Amino acid sequence: MIEALVFYMFALTAIASGVMVVVSRNPVHSVLFLIVAFFNAAGLFVLLGAEFLAMILVVVYVGAVAVLFLFVVMMLDVNQVELRQGFLQYLPIGGVIGGILTFELLFIVGAWQFQPDVSAAIAAAAPPPDQVTNTQALGSLIYTRFAYLFQAAGAILLVAMIGAIALTHRKRPGVKKQKIADQIAREDSIELKKVETGRGI
Amino acid sequence: MPITEVPNLAPALPEIFLGLAAMSLLMLGVFQNTTGPDGVMKASRLTSGLGIVMLVLAMVLVVTVSGDRLLTFDGLFVSDPFASFVKVLILIASTFSLILAEDWMEKQGCHRFEYVIVILFATLGMMMMVSANNMLSLYMGLELQSLSLYILAAFQRDDMRSTEAGVKYFVLGALASGMLLYGMSLVYGFSGTTDFDALAALFAGGTEPAAGLIIGLVFIIAGLTFKVSGVPFHMWTPDVYEGAPTPVTAFFSVAPKVAALALFIRVMNGPFGDLASQWQQIIIAISVASMLLGGFAAIAQTNIKRMMAYSSIGHVGYALIGLAVANETGVRAILVYLTIYVFMNIGTFACIMAMRRSDRAVENIGDLAGLAKTHPAMAAAMAVFMFSMAGIPPLAGFIGKLYIFLAAVEAGFMMLAIIGVLASVVSAYYYLRIIKIMYFDKPVTTPLETPIPKRIVGVLVITSIFVLAFVVFPNPVINAAGVAASALFSG
Repeated sequence: MIEALVFYMFALTAIASGVMVVVSRNPVHSVLFLIVAFFNAAGLFVLLGAEFLAMILVVVYVGAVAVLFLFVVMMLDVNQVELRQGFLQYLPIGGVIGGILTFELLFIVGAWQFQPDVSAAIAAAAPPPDQVTNTQALGSLIYTRFAYLFQAAGAILLVAMIGAIALTHRKRPGVKKQKIADQIAREDSIELKKVETGRGI
Repeated sequence: MPITEVPNLAPALPEIFLGLAAMSLLMLGVFQNTTGPDGVMKASRLTSGLGIVMLVLAMVLVVTVSGDRLLTFDGLFVSDPFASFVKVLILIASTFSLILAEDWMEKQGCHRFEYVIVILFATLGMMMMVSANNMLSLYMGLELQSLSLYILAAFQRDDMRSTEAGVKYFVLGALASGMLLYGMSLVYGFSGTTDFDALAALFAGGTEPAAGLIIGLVFIIAGLTFKVSGVPFHMWTPDVYEGAPTPVTAFFSVAPKVAALALFIRVMNGPFGDLASQWQQIIIAISVASMLLGGFAAIAQTNIKRMMAYSSIGHVGYALIGLAVANETGVRAILVYLTIYVFMNIGTFACIMAMRRSDRAVENIGDLAGLAKTHPAMAAAMAVFMFSMAGIPPLAGFIGKLYIFLAAVEAGFMMLAIIGVLASVVSAYYYLRIIKIMYFDKPVTTPLETPIPKRIVGVLVITSIFVLAFVVFPNPVINAAGVAASALFSG
């Protein structure tokens, strides 16, 4: 009973804030609502017993991605009114495409039927959930069975880093940077004075 | 906690080597002293030279470890003759494009050592793709490759068209990755496994697949079609090929295409091999549409890179015929076709990179006018490649198409072969038009710059000898392709 109530609370708030992300006029509000949506999704994960995913969602999405969005929104002057100009014009065709996709997906859900032995195949992939915690189970899979994928993911991140630097980093000539060591080492910058006891400078 | 044993690293040796090589070259490049007047150039030359050496060494390793089918990393990674064949092809393509790139990049003033590093990582991603034996390793390899390619497309960062190409490729590529992932998740949801062998075993008994699985399969095909730039997911190709720096376009048109097609072959014939009746029609439709679009849309182009983009869409269409027949002959035909395609394309792009006038790279087809008078040798080489692309008999391109169409006819896909022949007649028009412009049109006022860089000359000589002599010595390639194809179907 309580679980159901909590579920509906999280789910409804998540959906409501999702809608607010799209409809709110102020982009900063949109990002803030996005953060609310992330928190509620994390709550849903906790209800499912996936506490590790919940923590990651908060740390990565709220902590990093949402804050990054906020920076982007605040630093780039995106004009929402201009962005929405074509909205009504494209609404009919977009609506039709969305409707068709929804209809088709409902169609599949209606014919929901698993391949035989699915549950056995899924059970074989992971350690039994009642014996280990989320984090331990994930860790013992990622660093053993999926070590190859873990390394590959590392390579992808490295490429992303190289790319970001290669595409944006520039050496600008004529920029005056502060060199603290040089400033201190200047001859007349430091003066040593003998202070007599009890008299001050 | 059980400590699992160290997996057998031997089958993945080329990948491990290339990954370590890329990282060491990165360190080397970062810590080079670039303060001197041409320090940046020296650093980029050094890494480029070493990068070529690393690619060749990786090729040697691939040949060394090739042999029986070996699984490692808990079935995530497979090394078999099919993978080895394609990897050698990818490494050849990457090596050639690195050799070609250096000179052009220096003249264009965008020579930086990161170019080599990113190419090496892209090649690593491609090798991981063709060795994937699981949806997860497939996706990881594909993303490593794609991310590197987005960077390469935007590499000339002060050029509007290059950055535009990068952004376009990135956005559309992310969309395609999304579709691919959605398809994979559906397949996983309905079958409970992402392992290729387990999936193949699931359908082996002739069990009717669930509807959701088929939908997942369709999404996977859509995602992969984007990566090979088949119609209707080809829209990005002309813009990206035109905007990206020419050496990058040369690289795009060979290595990733070969890797993505090989991945396509493995996914369709491996886990979903027994569902051939379900996906054959889709592949046929994509193939026909690609051949026709590649033939007709290229006619109106004035930019030679854009024309080559449409030409590559057409070539993907021909190669997909070999996939549509879903048997060993078809796969062998694709491998032979791709080998020839790599050499033809590298040669053509070597010519395009040699097109410079008053210190600027030019890329209009009209700029080739009268080339036969000013550069007889380069015009002859270009003519050889164009004839070969059009599929004129004694040249290599003809043999590639012959094998593809033979596979289609043998499997009873008569219509497909006929459409293929008709499309290649259409495409012959624009290939031959270039020859006509080079040989019969009046030269433009200022001819192209004369001394062609030595490296480009070397690549031109090698590729044109391959294209000319293939008809005499076709057996090494055809036999190797046969072994590779049979490995895919033996079990």
